[in-house]
Amino acid sequence: MKILTTLKRIPDPEQKLKFKGSGPSQTLDLSGANWVPNQFDEYAVEAALRLTENASAGNARLGEVIVASIGPKDVSQQLRAALAMGADRAILVDGKDEDLDAEMVARTIVALVQREKPDLLLMGKLAADSEDNQAGQLAAAYLGWPQATFAATIEAVEGGKALHVSREVDNGVETKRVALPAVVTVDLRIILPQAVKNGTTKPDFAYAEGPRYASLKGIMAAKKKPIEETTMQALGVQSKLRVKTTALEAPPPRKAGIKVGSVAELVDKLKNEAKVL
Amino acid sequence: MGNVLIFVEHAEGHVRTASLPAVTFGKQAASHHGGQLYLLLVGANVKSAAAEAAQLGAAGVLTVEDAGLGHYLAETYAPLVARVAKDKGATLVGGTATNLGKDLLPRVTALLDAGMASDVSAVLGAKQFKRPMQAGNVLTQIEVLTDVVVASVRQTEFAPAQPGGAAAPIEAVPAGALDAKGAAFVSLSTTKSERPELTDAKVVVSGGRGMREGANFKPLEEIADLLGGAMGASRAACDAGMVPNDLQVGQTGKVVAPQLYIAVAISGAIQHLAGMKGSKVIVAINKDPEAPIFQVADYGLVGTWEKSLPELKAEIEKRKAEQR
Ligand SMILES: Cc1cc2nc3c(=O)[nH]c(=O)nc-3n(C[C@H](O)[C@H](O)[C@H](O)COP(=O)(O)OP(=O)(O)OC[C@H]3O[C@@H](n4cnc5c(N)ncnc54)[C@H](O)[C@@H]3O)c2cc1C
Ligand SMILES: Nc1ncnc2c1ncn2[C@@H]1O[C@H](COP(=O)(O)O)[C@@H](O)[C@H]1O
Repeated sequence: MKILTTLKRIPDPEQKLKFKGSGPSQTLDLSGANWVPNQFDEYAVEAALRLTENASAGNARLGEVIVASIGPKDVSQQLRAALAMGADRAILVDGKDEDLDAEMVARTIVALVQREKPDLLLMGKLAADSEDNQAGQLAAAYLGWPQATFAATIEAVEGGKALHVSREVDNGVETKRVALPAVVTVDLRIILPQAVKNGTTKPDFAYAEGPRYASLKGIMAAKKKPIEETTMQALGVQSKLRVKTTALEAPPPRKAGIKVGSVAELVDKLKNEAKVL
Repeated sequence: MGNVLIFVEHAEGHVRTASLPAVTFGKQAASHHGGQLYLLLVGANVKSAAAEAAQLGAAGVLTVEDAGLGHYLAETYAPLVARVAKDKGATLVGGTATNLGKDLLPRVTALLDAGMASDVSAVLGAKQFKRPMQAGNVLTQIEVLTDVVVASVRQTEFAPAQPGGAAAPIEAVPAGALDAKGAAFVSLSTTKSERPELTDAKVVVSGGRGMREGANFKPLEEIADLLGGAMGASRAACDAGMVPNDLQVGQTGKVVAPQLYIAVAISGAIQHLAGMKGSKVIVAINKDPEAPIFQVADYGLVGTWEKSLPELKAEIEKRKAEQR
């Protein structure tokens, strides 16, 4: 199986955000940001690796994993980390976050899909910074492919011609079949020990939870793996921005709360002060 | 000048409560677009839900009914929504940002060659919206630059539309040929609960990793039931299999904004806060006085759940008895 995965770098969600400027010209100050891979994309890389290796036979490779990112040159750091996890090669499309929206990301990814012809486009469900939750679905529609968003598990079926994807929906878990080629976007639980079954790795095999750490060998190997640098223009992407951010601000802070000394005091406050009981 | 089309979800013959805020959003948007509000229901059997929708104050309700639409698939639903939007001259298409809405609406966006505003929390103009990002730590104003706009709506930020007034006309639209593009519904396992839906409950009682195992959620359930509330959980509690995953509150789970949110043995990671910070009153019970959850809690109680929950249950029961 040939898989194209996508990876966005985002400011570390654990770091407190800084603002600069004021009023209508206020923006985020990301000069001191610690950039990390979007967690959902790291999970997508992990899922792609699980789909393309025989974990019951020393992780023998069964396919190819390409990781693509649209971003500034520095994203090569995060791409290199994905290569160290085990991805085979990477593509870096030059772009700045400010000049991008989900539409342009999707169009760029579609151009890469048309060039690389993967069996599966595997993405994160959400960029945890801008939180659009659009790119995968847009790409699927542009490609005319089926989509399975918010994947909690993926299982190769029908001799690898299709996938069964379980998706967390509003009232439970749905299983959906998608014929390949398809777009799958992954949710959190795709990194649980038995979430991915590729039909070759023994079905009872259990991975360690989480995206894998790069081994020393992996880090060394990653240095020799190619990162292709290209541009939207070279890929023939002609999209224009469709969604523009015109202003941003910090949300109003919550009123400071208090500590109560006992359950009786708590219930009293809830009843007589907050009036919610 | 254009119309507004809102996709309305339904289940078991009823409009899903999750869709009611999107109808309110639709009314606000229609006043900016200068046109009419239409509601769209799609499925194998939509008649009784459509009759309910007709009470919600729209100019018209459209239904697409076909045996092949019994199970939602983005592949079959998106082209129908896009076609109806075009036929009705809609310049805005919207729906609630439920899991279904998040799956469907971007696909509709692509088919309409539109731009999409995700998770809208306020309407500022025909194409201008407010929305949170960065796990709720930034509020942005955005403008969609395309002629047609698609928007998903944050359920907690708009009041649910209320029935009343004259019933709107219901118009059936033919489904035409359906093409699932290689996708198929396989199965659905639902978790049935007698409690109110997490996303529109007045009270939510959530447990985290500190509860240690599923059986320990019992006292939380009892308190939720006493208060007529819903159960919630952190990712850690869901991942550990203590409770079903659809109870997860947070950036990747459900966004809730009840009158009262009680977080027990939850540390308060930003991804959890993203899903409950909008609650009116937040109570935290945690044995660690430094837990970040206390920074957003209106009332914090430092203590173990083992000691606090039985006391809390008894105290609430006592107050309830006094009220009678
Ligand atoms: C991409 C991504 C998305 C995520 N999305 C979500 C999401 O949607 N929702 C979510 O919840 N998390 C989410 N997370 C996970 C989040 O970062 C935290 O890991 C998680 O919320 C922690 O859950 P917790 O508070 O239950 O566990 P912990 O952080 O382990 O906290 C347990 C708490 O219990 C307290 N405790 C222990 N024993 C007791 C006792 N006996 N009595 C009282 N208190 C006790 C401890 O003091 C501690 O504060 C996400 C993470 C990532 C990376
Ligand atoms: N700049 C980018 N480069 C590569 N992939 C991206 C980029 N932006 C978004 N994506 C992918 O699209 C997914 C959904 O993003 P979004 O629609 O922005 O929430 C992410 O999880 C990524 O896999």
